[in-house]
Amino acid sequence: MVYENPDGIRIGLEIHVQLNKLKTKMFCGCSSDYHNAAPNTHTCPVCLGLPGALPVLNKKAVEAAIKVGLALEGEIAEETQFHRKNYFYPDLPKGFQVTQYDYPIVGKGKVVIEGEDGEHVVGITRAHMEEDPGKLVHIGSIEKSKGVLIDYNRSGMPLIETVTEPDMRSPKEARRFLDKFRNILEYLDVFDGNLEGAMRVDANVSVYWGTRVEIKNISSHKGVERALLYEIMRQKNVIRRGGKITQETRHFDEGRGVTLSMRTKEEAEDYRYFREPDLMPMRVADWVPAVKETLPELPDAKRARFIEQYSITDMHARALTSKIMLADFYEGVCAKGVDPKIAATWTADVFLGELNYRDLAISSYDGKKIGFIHTKDPEIENSFKVSDMVELVTHFAEGKISDRAAVEVIRSILDGEEDKTPSQIIEEKGLFKAEDNLVTKAVAETIAENEAAVQDYLGGAEKSLNFLVGQVMKKTKGTADAKTARELILKELKG
Amino acid sequence: MAKWMSVAQVKEKIKEDSAEEVTARYLEVVGKSKINGYITVSEKALEQAKKIDSEGHEGPLAGVPIAIKDNISVVGLPNSCGSKILKGYIPPFNAHVIEKLLTAGAIILGKTNMDEFAMGSSTETSHFGPTANPWDLERVPGGSSGGSAAVVAAGEAPFALGSDTGGSVRCPAAFCGVVGLKPTYGAVSRYGVVAYANSLEQIGPLANNVTDIAVLMDVIAGYDRRDSTSIDSKVEYQKALVDDVEDLKIGVPKEFFGEGIHPNVEKAVWNTIHKYESLGATWEEVSMPHIKYALASYYIIAMSEASSNLARFDGTRYGFRESGENWHAMVSKTRAEGFGTEVKRRILLGTYALSAGYHDKYYLKALKVRTLVKQDFDKALSKVDLLMAPTMPNPAFKIGEKIEDPLTLYLSDVNTCPINLAGVPSISVPCGFTEGLPIGLQIMGKPFDEPTVLRAAYTFEQHTDYHTKRPPEVA
Amino acid sequence: MITKEDVEHIGWLARIEISEQETVEYMEKLNSVLGYFGQLDELSTEDVAPTYHVAEIYNVFREDVVEECLPQETVLANTEHKKDGAFRVPKIG
Repeated sequence: MVYENPDGIRIGLEIHVQLNKLKTKMFCGCSSDYHNAAPNTHTCPVCLGLPGALPVLNKKAVEAAIKVGLALEGEIAEETQFHRKNYFYPDLPKGFQVTQYDYPIVGKGKVVIEGEDGEHVVGITRAHMEEDPGKLVHIGSIEKSKGVLIDYNRSGMPLIETVTEPDMRSPKEARRFLDKFRNILEYLDVFDGNLEGAMRVDANVSVYWGTRVEIKNISSHKGVERALLYEIMRQKNVIRRGGKITQETRHFDEGRGVTLSMRTKEEAEDYRYFREPDLMPMRVADWVPAVKETLPELPDAKRARFIEQYSITDMHARALTSKIMLADFYEGVCAKGVDPKIAATWTADVFLGELNYRDLAISSYDGKKIGFIHTKDPEIENSFKVSDMVELVTHFAEGKISDRAAVEVIRSILDGEEDKTPSQIIEEKGLFKAEDNLVTKAVAETIAENEAAVQDYLGGAEKSLNFLVGQVMKKTKGTADAKTARELILKELKG
Repeated sequence: MAKWMSVAQVKEKIKEDSAEEVTARYLEVVGKSKINGYITVSEKALEQAKKIDSEGHEGPLAGVPIAIKDNISVVGLPNSCGSKILKGYIPPFNAHVIEKLLTAGAIILGKTNMDEFAMGSSTETSHFGPTANPWDLERVPGGSSGGSAAVVAAGEAPFALGSDTGGSVRCPAAFCGVVGLKPTYGAVSRYGVVAYANSLEQIGPLANNVTDIAVLMDVIAGYDRRDSTSIDSKVEYQKALVDDVEDLKIGVPKEFFGEGIHPNVEKAVWNTIHKYESLGATWEEVSMPHIKYALASYYIIAMSEASSNLARFDGTRYGFRESGENWHAMVSKTRAEGFGTEVKRRILLGTYALSAGYHDKYYLKALKVRTLVKQDFDKALSKVDLLMAPTMPNPAFKIGEKIEDPLTLYLSDVNTCPINLAGVPSISVPCGFTEGLPIGLQIMGKPFDEPTVLRAAYTFEQHTDYHTKRPPEVA
Repeated sequence: MITKEDVEHIGWLARIEISEQETVEYMEKLNSVLGYFGQLDELSTEDVAPTYHVAEIYNVFREDVVEECLPQETVLANTEHKKDGAFRVPKIG
């Protein structure tokens, strides 16, 4: 079934990714570790744009750009150079941004996503390197601003801007693209998505194949989806009322979920791009083979391998490869010899579910344990050992504990008992499944003590069976396997 | 102590007396100056000299005072670039060349006057008033490094640093009767020099004799990893100072002897060329057909780059700030009030040349013409070792004479700016006088062939005495 | 030829406030200079490559090694318009 795109929606995205895993900024040796620092403590003459300061390019940034380009199946340019984009804004200390214009380092590429109608290709127009400006804080609200405070710690941080073709046909596809894109970047280990300002998105959207509107600076994937949903509705409403869409730039108000027109100057900006005279051009296409060697197995390839190697479902494979550290954790668990299909269920369904519920984001994996930080309070940290998952999965696979019990163990560890092993927790909480004869005994006792219910069931009341199972669970203090109990009762009753 | 001393003589004096006494003596002369050559005199100079005396210093310039153009960053000293907009700005870092000078033990006497942001050929656009030419106090010293050239000519510093974007070291050298070199592009680091036109400019030394130029180059030149346009040339400058021009092939480009040239200037330069002949060199006429377009190309490129380089001056982080009802208004008023008229004109022209619709017609076109000019130099220098021509078509003009019409002033760069487009080295040496005013000879060489340029200049000096003449007005 | 509107437009792009009177003055002086620049049209340059940089250097890099930053005090030393470690300016407008 081909997706018809009835509203003629075209969405294109411009994503700015901060290479915050590099140790220094794009053009100077200031440390990139500025996130919790006092204002203007991570600056130097270069990133402050002091008169006479000159830029020198960070080699690792170029390598990162090539990595990203290769992962997006893009062409790496034979010769690439920096340009100046000239405009005035308080966060731009030189009065121009050093960026790339008509010779970007990465050319056309593509990313495949799960579209509205199966696999859908989103074209990449280009990707290039540029520097971040500083940060502004308004004194008072944006509307009633009394002044602005400027912190240049972020100025000069290395960015890669990726521009897509307007190939996305719905907010959902846009969201899926961003998730996939971010996934790829995390695999490349070029940025830490958990840090503030790591990824910023501008979205361009039009309806009925018409004029496009730009929505600037959205900082979350959910925000992008919401912004697009609102904007599409707004545009359709304008047209329905007989109006026309003007090409403009809008701002997304995350709080109210609406897009607002930005106060535009009557005269358009003219960036007067020209080649940056202080930086020399780069010929780095011959770095490609060496950089290719350093590329990790990318998400699509890993997913395919997981399905093949571990005989797991596509859904599980997707969930497990959605975060490279989770994938590595899963493989660490499987390497210890447990059943990969069972491990997949417990890792992808239960474990991941529990993490999401607790707002825990995966932040590290060192081969022995996987670490997380709370998305709203980075002070809160936690971890889960590979050995614990192995132990848990083994107990479950051997039928020693019920699903409910296994879930409880995971929850206990995540809620603070990470120093105890699953065996210890199971022991302490008495979660080991009741032995078979205990269950048989409980079944016999239940049937004997509940004549009425038995008669009701035999008379056709299904509910009474549930009641009887419940009684067995009560007798065994929840350690009986519910399914087994039900089967035993039926066996007894049917004689 | 003699008023004018070479660096060698200064070093002798320091040994005889002390660094403190030498610096004190220069400061005394500066204090009595009639030429307004310095914007800032360093209060720490004497202290630094005393330190050299007490702790000793092995560097090649230990205790030798030097004057620095006010667009080259020195920690602790105001850096005005001759402008109001940098009021109060004190750089927190030293330019690369300053680090080199300090390591060599030099004493920074002060910062010298200049055309605002190096935009000018007469030092008249400075916010701090014009500098007077020591040879005639009613005339300009040339520009934009007029202050540096004038203080050297007036004996107010043994040597100095300037910057040359379109002739700004060579022009004042010619007008003030001193030696000034614009090195090959990339030979000297630009880190710490406030940019006017990045792809055209270089720091250049100014001194009373060719030897001191070489001494200074051996200290300041060389690769700097902080300047991406810096080239690792490994040239040894003082080693080139040999009195020998036998077999030297000189090219004389006729296009440098344009219509407006002063007859005495032309005569002096031809006398010089014949002098070289008598010393064993040969000369031939060469043609450089695109030179007449160099001026337009130069100005378009320079103004375009400048319009972008000067965008950072908005009052937000340093310098003069005018108040406004919002940031954009504050910036517009700050720049209107803080920049002088010539600077504003060039920023506007540069903005225009880069703007949508005009970028190809002006900026791109100028870059293509630049290629043609560079090719002229490549072709000419493939046949000869050096090119010689007048530095300036006329001697120093009167203060106020040309400032009203920008185009007239721009035209005086006609012989100097082609060199910046090509990036080749060029030196101006005194080669005569007309009515008491110095005339400069320009010697141009192949890229990184400063040794041949210096050898020719040094040889000429050994056989003439123009470099020994001193301005009577300030004696 | 630059018109008054052009002068106003580039004045805005360059953020330099220009009065009515100055606009006329600038217009005249700029046109005179641009007239001179027009001589470049005499040259045919279709097959000529632009020279952005006189020396052909490529691939100038630095290693990803941390260097010392300026102390906050030094960064803010050249202005009196500051608050809580940040630069202070009027609302953007």
